[in-house]
Amino acid sequence: MIVETHGLRREFRIGRIGRRRTVVAVDGIDLTVAHGEAVGFLGPNGAGKSTTIKMLTGILVPTAGTLRVCDLDPVRSRRELARRIGVVFGQRSQLWWDLPLRESFALLRAIHRVEPAVHRERLDRCVDVLGLAEFLDVPVRQLSLGQRMRGEVTAALLHAPDLLVLDEPTVGLDLVSKERLRLFLQEVNAAGEVTVLLTTHDLADVERLCRRVVVIDHGTVVADDSLAVLRTTFGGARELVVELTAPTPALTGLPGVRGVAVEADGLRQRLAFSPADTTAAALIAAVAARVDLRDVTVVEPSIEDVIRTLYATRTT
Amino acid sequence: MLSPYPLLVRAGYRRRSVYLTASLAGLFTNTVFGLLRVAVLLAVVAQTGSTAGYDAGAVSAFVWLGQGLIAVVMLWGDGELSERVRSGDIAIDLSRPWDLQLALLAGDLGRAGHAVLFRLAPPVAFGALVLPFRWPTDPVPTILLFTASTVLAVVVSFALRFLLDLSTFWLLDSRGVRSVYNGLGGVLAGLTVPLAFFPDALRGLLYATPFPAILQTPIDVFTERDGLAALLAHQLLWAVALLALGRLVLARATRKLVVQGG
Repeated sequence: MIVETHGLRREFRIGRIGRRRTVVAVDGIDLTVAHGEAVGFLGPNGAGKSTTIKMLTGILVPTAGTLRVCDLDPVRSRRELARRIGVVFGQRSQLWWDLPLRESFALLRAIHRVEPAVHRERLDRCVDVLGLAEFLDVPVRQLSLGQRMRGEVTAALLHAPDLLVLDEPTVGLDLVSKERLRLFLQEVNAAGEVTVLLTTHDLADVERLCRRVVVIDHGTVVADDSLAVLRTTFGGARELVVELTAPTPALTGLPGVRGVAVEADGLRQRLAFSPADTTAAALIAAVAARVDLRDVTVVEPSIEDVIRTLYATRTT
Repeated sequence: MLSPYPLLVRAGYRRRSVYLTASLAGLFTNTVFGLLRVAVLLAVVAQTGSTAGYDAGAVSAFVWLGQGLIAVVMLWGDGELSERVRSGDIAIDLSRPWDLQLALLAGDLGRAGHAVLFRLAPPVAFGALVLPFRWPTDPVPTILLFTASTVLAVVVSFALRFLLDLSTFWLLDSRGVRSVYNGLGGVLAGLTVPLAFFPDALRGLLYATPFPAILQTPIDVFTERDGLAALLAHQLLWAVALLALGRLVLARATRKLVVQGG
């Protein structure tokens, strides 16, 4: 296991002396991440994501519970752990602000004591895939956010960590930059070299990168499953959109259909169904038996819907 | 395998070298203030021909070396570390596989090396050309000792600034502490007038602090004053003691951060 926590808990004492109160930021998190996994770590602001990440990287000691990362106790072996993990904070930089990107990489090589030949090989690959060549000699302070984030990810990977922790890596990036970064991370993870733990508010990141999603709220895990399972459990209805050859009244009374929406005078109809009741194939066959079909599409619920439903079911 | 610290020294040098305009502006300011200070002190010395062992040449050497050394030892810190503590970026520094104090010291030595070339050498050359200037009578050993003493001065100054910046962990803002330090530092370190001008009792008290080690001692070494062995020992002692104290405080600060969450 790369990450293993049991009953992980963290309290903060806040407020002035005399009026102190205890806030529980993380309240008994059990989390195991196996080698090579890509896990999305989701939750609203203040859910305990960052606190958990801090404990995983050894910057914060847990109030209670057990915690192993790369088979190490993070706080006690922080320096040893730093050689085994890479961390990217969307809001902070690990690069040297005044120096060209290339020199930050050279410093990181020396700090992590990586052999020059090995370093060059890894760097070349990142330069190639992330397109760093054009700004390697530009001081970091002059880079655009998108360029800098590509630099940050490279910096986190140059010592070949077992675990890559990304804390909101795409925050503030434009669509093209986001996409480029996601593709790269996907590739790195797919190669099986590095386990990825990603926190984000951008659910598209998760959708693209993570096979497994852990959702936390008020410091506890409210869901931990594959994206597909979460969809079916909390996603509510999938939708079968049928395009018909002639205007038709609403197709009511089909088995397993929960609701029908009619568009374009009945030329297009949206049939909501739950995968628990029927399959898309059976439904298409049932529709085709009644009317002439021109086209069909199956719409998956978006992960936004899944998360919204998840929080809603918890609070009610 | 290769240690990262020599490369960090180089990076400290490189970081400064990208700001050429700032270096030139600082150099200009130091030189103008040097002219003011040397005019005042030369007037003092002219009354008697020599004060506390300082003649015109020694006073001029004292001023121009001092004006250059301000930047070399960075008497007035820039609070960079303090700012990293305040913003939380210190978490990144603490989660690197390095010795944070040693890494920052390496960077500071590189910065000082840049300052020797661009902030110390020019005013000294200027002062030596236009005014009487006391050059060492025994140049080779004196310059070597001066180099060693300057390195120790940088280390002492670094160690003090490191401690001041770390106070941010408890105070959340170190500006107050640092401005008191910046105000007193110049007088106590021997920037305003040579410490030899002070009464004996006061001077004895000053040498119980690390301040003379930052500025006065390298100048004394250059101008070949008496009792150099004791002065260098004073520097070495404070360098070691303050670095050790810095490590202790950093450990406490880290514990506070890790346990209390900042």
